[in-house]
Amino acid sequence: MKLQLNMTVNDEAVNIEVEQDARLLDVLRDDLGLTGTKEGCGVGECGACTVIIDGKTANSCIVLAASMDGCDIKTIEYLSKDGKLNPMQQSFIDNSALQCGFCTPGFVLSGISLLDRNPNPTTEEIKEGISGNICRCTGYEQIIKAVEDVRDKKYVKDGACNE
Amino acid sequence: MSLFEHNNNKYNIVGKDIKRVDALEKVTGTALYAADLYKGNMLYGGNVRIKEYPAKITKIDTKEAEAIPGVVKIITCFDKNAKKHSWADYCYLTDEVKFCGDVVAIVAAESKKAVDKAIKSIKVEYELQEGVYTIEDALKEDAPIVREKGVGLIDGIPNKEKKGNIFLDSYYPIRKGNVEEGFKKCDVIIEREFNVPFIDQAYIETEACLVYNDPKDGSITGEASAQNPFFTRRYLAEASGHNMSESRFIQRTLGGTFGGKEEGVGVQIGRAAILHKATGRPVKMVNTREESLMDSSKRHAFNFKYKIGATKDGDILAAEGTLVDNCGAYNNQTQFMNWRASVHSVGVYEIPNVKTDTYGVFTNNVHGGAMRGYSSPQVIFAQEQLMNELAKELGMDSVELRRKNIIRQNTRTATNQLITEEVILEEMMDELLKRTDYYSKKKEFEDFNKKDNNIKKGISLVTVYRGAGLGAEGVDANGAFIQATEDGSVIINTGLAENGQGLQTAYAQIAAEMLGVTMDKIHFHSVDTHAIADSGMTVASRGTTMGAQSMKLAAEKLALIFKEHVAEKFGTTVDRISCKDNYYFDIEDNFPANYSSDKRIAFKDVCNERLWAGQQLAVYEWFRPALNEYDHHIGQGKAFPTYTYNVCIAEVEVDVETGDIKVTKVTSGLDCGRVINPNMVKGQMLGGIVMGLGYAITEEIELKKGRILNDNFDSYILPTSMDMPEMDVVLFESETKEGTLGAKSVGEPATEAVAAAIAGSVGHALNKNVDHLPCSLESILKYMD
Repeated sequence: MKLQLNMTVNDEAVNIEVEQDARLLDVLRDDLGLTGTKEGCGVGECGACTVIIDGKTANSCIVLAASMDGCDIKTIEYLSKDGKLNPMQQSFIDNSALQCGFCTPGFVLSGISLLDRNPNPTTEEIKEGISGNICRCTGYEQIIKAVEDVRDKKYVKDGACNE
Repeated sequence: MSLFEHNNNKYNIVGKDIKRVDALEKVTGTALYAADLYKGNMLYGGNVRIKEYPAKITKIDTKEAEAIPGVVKIITCFDKNAKKHSWADYCYLTDEVKFCGDVVAIVAAESKKAVDKAIKSIKVEYELQEGVYTIEDALKEDAPIVREKGVGLIDGIPNKEKKGNIFLDSYYPIRKGNVEEGFKKCDVIIEREFNVPFIDQAYIETEACLVYNDPKDGSITGEASAQNPFFTRRYLAEASGHNMSESRFIQRTLGGTFGGKEEGVGVQIGRAAILHKATGRPVKMVNTREESLMDSSKRHAFNFKYKIGATKDGDILAAEGTLVDNCGAYNNQTQFMNWRASVHSVGVYEIPNVKTDTYGVFTNNVHGGAMRGYSSPQVIFAQEQLMNELAKELGMDSVELRRKNIIRQNTRTATNQLITEEVILEEMMDELLKRTDYYSKKKEFEDFNKKDNNIKKGISLVTVYRGAGLGAEGVDANGAFIQATEDGSVIINTGLAENGQGLQTAYAQIAAEMLGVTMDKIHFHSVDTHAIADSGMTVASRGTTMGAQSMKLAAEKLALIFKEHVAEKFGTTVDRISCKDNYYFDIEDNFPANYSSDKRIAFKDVCNERLWAGQQLAVYEWFRPALNEYDHHIGQGKAFPTYTYNVCIAEVEVDVETGDIKVTKVTSGLDCGRVINPNMVKGQMLGGIVMGLGYAITEEIELKKGRILNDNFDSYILPTSMDMPEMDVVLFESETKEGTLGAKSVGEPATEAVAAAIAGSVGHALNKNVDHLPCSLESILKYMD
């Protein structure tokens, strides 16, 4: 059965018909072409499909699209919409915090969401904050350093940095 | 991180922390991985498997599935013209299911949902057969035969005169000196047995491909998350029945592989090609995580039986071993991998008498394949625990036992290869002992452990070496193409592939360095098999050390041609011309301090002049190293042109009440030859440490009669940021004439010693011999019983 769904994705109103059992991940990727959100496990364990729903991170592989009516969703594509990199993205580049890159969108969003909730996390809090995302390449250290660097520039909401 | 530079770095770009050339698309989510590809009129493909093995399929009923709206095509193993066997030891479709990944039918449908429905509706009838699952059972005299080609043992040696489960082509002996005589002179002889399980590469991107027809390119085009583009093309061409010249394969951004996206992606693209051919429409196939775990190759499970002897002073005189790995049902890699296992079978030690036998056995499990190390994490685990045990038996410090026996310059390896190059292993050991404060900690931990406490602490050092590149396993040849364009930007292209390890960045650095241009001028074109020739596989940590040789040659040649051009303009000789930061100048002019515009010429102007003058702007070069003299019948000779050395120290705290292990610190030192990009080497090493931690503590494919019980990341446990230890990585440089600009291997050495060091430190904490991996909660409690 199909359902009508109204949601906001990356600041744009989306009005779309979805299968009632469709996952948010599939709607984002297959219907909206937002392929920066990745599928790694399909059971909410790896965090590659991380998106931000109403300000909180979620694994879009275990979210029913139909439950998103009226929700505000942000994906990795949102961050550089204006052609400029978010400080977190720049910090990942500067810190070699990525290798194969498949988990990177999820980590970038988790890092941003963490600093939104807690602008001055300790290293331990950063480790905890990104522990829902799995990276098989980097060993996490350079990712943690990337988040620390954004934190140390006094990261404020909406991706702006105060030097 | 510390870097111990060997000599003054004379380069501007090589050896510097250059940012990854592929970082931007990866942080913005615009990098296209295979599953991100869509085509108009595209179908989704899926696989039908059964849940018990081995089995003979007797009937497949597709009637119900065919009636599902959206189902376009179902091909079963009984279809008359179905392509079943692949060029490798592997099947696209089979009615004789040997392991959990074998596929009995494939489906193409308009949606993923219709594919899933169809798979569930297809009824498969089969006769279950008696299977063999463990190494021990496979070697029993009356074991069921898994593969027709399996052989048995006669006098402990695989022999084709007898039936059995041994894969003869995977048998490699080492015969050096005379072990019987050697053992006679030993004061202490010990025998130990070790076991390690299958584990998964667990890249976060599962295998995916898209196959379609673009008449411009020929008959069939495939794009996939493949580690080896040309290897994947073989399956594409073979499954579709087209010439390779009409089968185009395009490499997509790869979401991790670590050896895993080789034959598994090959059969996947083959199946997609079969469905494409049957429907005439683009077909996309993406594995679920469960399918990825069932279908993709695993790091081989191994059983090791070792005997080693030394004088009371700790001189090791003889070592003997039987190394048996579990190949699973198909032999895609064991016949190559076991050669490396045999070469390194007694570690980085000079032992005058060595006798080892390495072979694989067929079982009805998922097949063993490549995984970062290609046998070394397994062999090193066993070998280094053996060294710790020998030290204990001798009453000797385990570090000193290693120091006494390590390979040095002008000593001989187990294959009797004379090491003529500089070996800095002892200096590396000393540096790591110093920076970890090893001996104070060891004493402190031992005193701590004497107290009545649930926590026991341990520390352990391991020393290893690794042959760089393919060595005598194959020919380490490769080709590269470099073309300058009229605006001064440069396209580089090779047959080797970016796997996430940073190959594109390293190659771009080497090309930029040779040409004297800045990094932003270099664009790496990822592999398209219609645009470049086959350079073999991106494996064996050969990408930079051997694979970049042709890139260096091509860039050097283009640089020379351009310098000749400039020399003629300046009316001088070519040896006086240099290029830096995109400008040619006469070195006598002390550029750039006092250059003037008439004394320099821009790289782009040279390119432009040459284009309109009809002069050469591109170079293709081929590199083929000297062949190694090696006798495979006795495992003696020159195995590798050069070796990478690694020292790793792990520190742990073990809770003997709960079995919980906390790895508190890992210090890892690597002899890199020359470091091309320190930050990226560091990234390899940090990632290698955490991957090694998973192997040491949590990772194991749990099997029940060939069925994988932990088939997703909720039960196959990977290390997260909460599990990472404090890490200290130390990069050493050393002198070698081999390897591009003196670079040695990095990717695999970064992980291969870690699990051994962690196991050693657990052994130290508990005062036990850790004889298997992983050191799970249960196994720790068992050691304490």
